[in-house]
Amino acid sequence: MSAIEVRGLSRSYGDFVAVSDLDLSIETGECLSILGPNGAGKTTVVEILEGYRHRDAGEIRVLDVDPAHPTRSWRQRIGIVLQSASDLGELTVREATQHFARFYSNPRTVDEAIDLVGLSEKSESRVSRLSGGQRRRLDVALGVIGRPELLFLDEPTTGFDPEARRVFWDLIRRLKDEGVTILLTTHYLDEADALADRVIVVTRGKKVADTTPAGLGSRSEHVVRVRWKENDVVQERQTTEPTQVVQELATRFAGEIPGLEVVRTTLEQAYLELVESDQA
Amino acid sequence: MTNLFALYYHRARLEIRLLLRDRNAVVFSMLLPVFLLVIFGSVFNSTKLGNTNVTFAQYFVAGLLASGLLYSSFQQLAIAIPEERTNGTLKRLVGSPMPPSVYFVGKLAASTFIYVFQAIALLAIGHYSYHIQLPSTATLWLDFLWISALGLVASALLGITFSNFAKNAKSASALATPIVLFFQFTSGVFFVYANLPTWMQDISAVFPLKWMAQAMRGVFLPKSFAYQEVAHSFEFPKAAVILGAWSIGAAILCRFTFHWLPKNES
Repeated sequence: MSAIEVRGLSRSYGDFVAVSDLDLSIETGECLSILGPNGAGKTTVVEILEGYRHRDAGEIRVLDVDPAHPTRSWRQRIGIVLQSASDLGELTVREATQHFARFYSNPRTVDEAIDLVGLSEKSESRVSRLSGGQRRRLDVALGVIGRPELLFLDEPTTGFDPEARRVFWDLIRRLKDEGVTILLTTHYLDEADALADRVIVVTRGKKVADTTPAGLGSRSEHVVRVRWKENDVVQERQTTEPTQVVQELATRFAGEIPGLEVVRTTLEQAYLELVESDQA
Repeated sequence: MTNLFALYYHRARLEIRLLLRDRNAVVFSMLLPVFLLVIFGSVFNSTKLGNTNVTFAQYFVAGLLASGLLYSSFQQLAIAIPEERTNGTLKRLVGSPMPPSVYFVGKLAASTFIYVFQAIALLAIGHYSYHIQLPSTATLWLDFLWISALGLVASALLGITFSNFAKNAKSASALATPIVLFFQFTSGVFFVYANLPTWMQDISAVFPLKWMAQAMRGVFLPKSFAYQEVAHSFEFPKAAVILGAWSIGAAILCRFTFHWLPKNES
């Protein structure tokens, strides 16, 4: 069964088309990542699905409800981690978590939620004194306090250092293991690769790929770059037959080829090519 | 339903706790009427109204209590709500299953808390330092209660309405503060209302502060002073009707203009 079904979603802000005729679906228990550069329309899509923003066109079901008409019982079933928030400042971590727990019919215990995100030692700290990463983890604690079936994470690790990002990923994996359906937007490819079952690449409000992280990499897997130096200038050739290229070069240079590199396209390059080819 | 009231209670506690943790709010918002009383009370301590035994401080305390209603609800909410709209408080709340009324009950509780604090501080300091006479009968205390309650509700609803038209906390503050000051000058808080130019009286008679101040004078000044009012009466029933009408009007306006998200995020 689909947790989210979207057909032909469009939204403009004045003349600016933020999202154009976008389709997507997420199965229950799946983690889908919407990947794309800044300004691609990711937040617009997610906030429409969360019931915050209105849409100009399209059919949407989120847990079988049209998010344009959110109900409280629907809100019981979803968890939202917004891209940025600077509220709750003078409450402690525990007070904030306890407060939001009251709004749900079957919440986690406060300790469980705080522990889940690894903030136990900070539970009596004011939210205003938390680091960026700790704040984000509190946002997740508040997002999952009501035991949501579906969790929205909008660029959850922007601004994290690599260590904090790994810790955060472990947290998301734990939620996945609990069977929570997750919609994750990110502009980090490695994040989508690490967490998502499926990836949708969006640029300029349009879907340009809908695949698995591995599938994204293999799109141009057969293309290999051969690089070498000739007259101190790096030359590159893209080929599907690297061995032959190297043989030719070996013949030409009569032995050692200066600065030889044979590079398979990485996931990163596949993604960049996808994004750049659209923007060219 | 009991659950809803439990949420009201917890939200109210949270709002008041946040208020007490904000030192600026405590000092500037909660103690401002007391500062004003101390300044004016000290300067005009021995000044009597006309050829009576009533001091200017006695007249002034009524106006300060009415102003306190505006400070604690109108000004407080007109600034706090745009701030909470900007910093994501409202967005987070509306994304949760919280019944919307919980938010407004919490805000009203915070305003009530500020007002009660202001009123107690004003009356205690006024009574002991400036010989302000407290209401002498239970009826007058009851009048004081309904005027305060109705004034709070009307001002709070107007504050929420105002917040819907403010871009952010900064512009809200820049607008709401002079508005309050303007009405304090024209509604008989800083000057005796009956001595103001007629056109000024006519303008402020449309707005709530004049009626809150006049009704408060009915509680704190001797009955004989009713004759000094423009209508030769403290006009309690008319004050109730006008404050009630503002409440209803503002409530309807709020219903259609209140928005949880900043305008560019919906």
